[in-house]
Amino acid sequence: MENKAPIVEIEHVNKSYHRGTHTIPVLVDINLDIAEGEFLALMGPSGSGKSTLLNLIAALDHLDSGLIKVGGVDITVLSETELAAWRAVNVGFIFQFYNLIPVLTAFENVELPLLLTGLSRRERRTHVELALQVVNLASRMDHYPGQLSGGEQQRVAIARAIVTDPTILVADEPTGDLDRVAAEEILDLMDRLNRESGKTIIMVTHDPRAAKKAHNIRYLDKGILNNVHSQAAP
Amino acid sequence: MYILKLLLRNAFRHKLRTALTILGVTIAILSFGLLRTFINAWYSGAEASSASRLVTRNATSIIFTLPLAYKDKIRQVDGVKLISWGNWFGGIYIEEKNFFANYAVEAKSYIELYSEYVLPQDQKEAFFRDRRGCFVGRKLAERFHWKIGDIIPLKGTIFPGNWEFVLRGIYYGKNEIADETVFFFHWDYLNEALKKRGSIFADQVGFYMIGVKDPNRAAEVAQAIDRTFKNSLAETLTETEKAFVLSFISMSNAIIVAIQLVSFVVIIIIIAVAANTMAMTARERIGEYAIFKTLGYRGWRIGGMIVGESLLITMIGCLLGIALTPPATAVFRKLLGAYFPGFTVKLETVYMALAASILVGLCAAIIPTWRAVSIRIADGLRRIG
Repeated sequence: MENKAPIVEIEHVNKSYHRGTHTIPVLVDINLDIAEGEFLALMGPSGSGKSTLLNLIAALDHLDSGLIKVGGVDITVLSETELAAWRAVNVGFIFQFYNLIPVLTAFENVELPLLLTGLSRRERRTHVELALQVVNLASRMDHYPGQLSGGEQQRVAIARAIVTDPTILVADEPTGDLDRVAAEEILDLMDRLNRESGKTIIMVTHDPRAAKKAHNIRYLDKGILNNVHSQAAP
Repeated sequence: MYILKLLLRNAFRHKLRTALTILGVTIAILSFGLLRTFINAWYSGAEASSASRLVTRNATSIIFTLPLAYKDKIRQVDGVKLISWGNWFGGIYIEEKNFFANYAVEAKSYIELYSEYVLPQDQKEAFFRDRRGCFVGRKLAERFHWKIGDIIPLKGTIFPGNWEFVLRGIYYGKNEIADETVFFFHWDYLNEALKKRGSIFADQVGFYMIGVKDPNRAAEVAQAIDRTFKNSLAETLTETEKAFVLSFISMSNAIIVAIQLVSFVVIIIIIAVAANTMAMTARERIGEYAIFKTLGYRGWRIGGMIVGESLLITMIGCLLGIALTPPATAVFRKLLGAYFPGFTVKLETVYMALAASILVGLCAAIIPTWRAVSIRIADGLRRIG
């Protein structure tokens, strides 16, 4: 795995927030390479900047200085319009609170990213059904989020994240709102996506059990990426 | 189809709020429609006027009369085809609240001139035979439940005394805008009574109605008539029937302007109501808009969802309001038809209501759209949970 070319390259990234006249540094001179097919866990205390770093990698936020390349594309120079198109193709998101659209069924939620592609209705259906089969929810595709358990909703969110076959999957506390059993199922699913489909996964978590599923764990503290803790893939 | 489904489901996420907003738009559009219909009804007399008719009156004021002798000179003016004359009688039927327009007219020429008033032949002949005869519009007869042969008493105001007329005919309009609320009787009957009394109003007429041979020459004929009586004791003012009617309407211009303003204020109020609904909706869904952005949806798509939802809600209310306007108008027509003969919803009013609703939908979505489009994704996502 170490020999693989980095799919994400982060160089000297700085990010700060402004509160009135105060400037609060959130990320300080971050340097990080993430190899293709890697499952990386970002850990650290609350306010350490791990979600901010994830947002920067996923082009949801803007940095102050530095460089981020994903798949060889420098995303820091792209316009908002270009970033929207780039995200649609390259990034799959998994959030702590699932973030499904409550008025859409599981099928329709998964179909959302595909509406931005040129796929026909029939092709979209094939993709959505396949994604829902991967997360083992094909039988519940007509259910609304409110009719699904937390674990099932997160699986729908994962199906939505993978349906466009993105370059990277980013997950922000994907098990943070789940009970232990459901959390284990989600982690197993992510692990399977990484091992069987070779998906590059970057996961922010507080949970050491979740982090254990990752190949690498990186710690952030007060905006500084410090020691490296690698672990073998299970 | 997908977007329409999403808009529908989003619009009815808060059923009570959406229902109340739709109700508000419905009432606003209904009010707008009724007020516009009221204004149109006010102008219906002018619309019903013919381009081939002129009105000649005293140049000083409508309240001054003209000598009957003018009729022969007017008849000789080139371009004049037909001439009739009459007086505003101003009679009151039992009580003042029973107001309706009543005229003494030179009946034969008047009926010929006003071909849009259709009087059955037998009734016409009966009316011509009876000096005390009168004929009235269908709506007026319905209002007071008059039947042919009824004696109708009018109390004179301009021409004092109690006057009695026998109803000999009921006319109806050839088209919807023809006024079916007017009372006509023989000018000769009035004039003979005035002569007997030695009144200064004997052999005096309030106005001449003139039919012209060529409507395109109406202005020229009008000038020729007025030139004929230049420097006489009673100079004339001749104008088209439309201008004559509009000069009456202009006397109540302030009221019409006020009603027009109210009709637009209603729309402004409903813009505020709809904007409030959409602002609440957008504030609640700001996290969802951030999710859409995360998935790659651009600002114009998100803006389209908000504008679409806003338009959907206002258009449902608009269509309900438009659908309710004709029945509501029918009720008002029953109550006010005697005063406003043209109280019917015009297509133009429907178009204005549709345009107003689109305006409401668009205006209501401006601020929510701007907020949703301009919020940073990371900030929007922080609002979830």
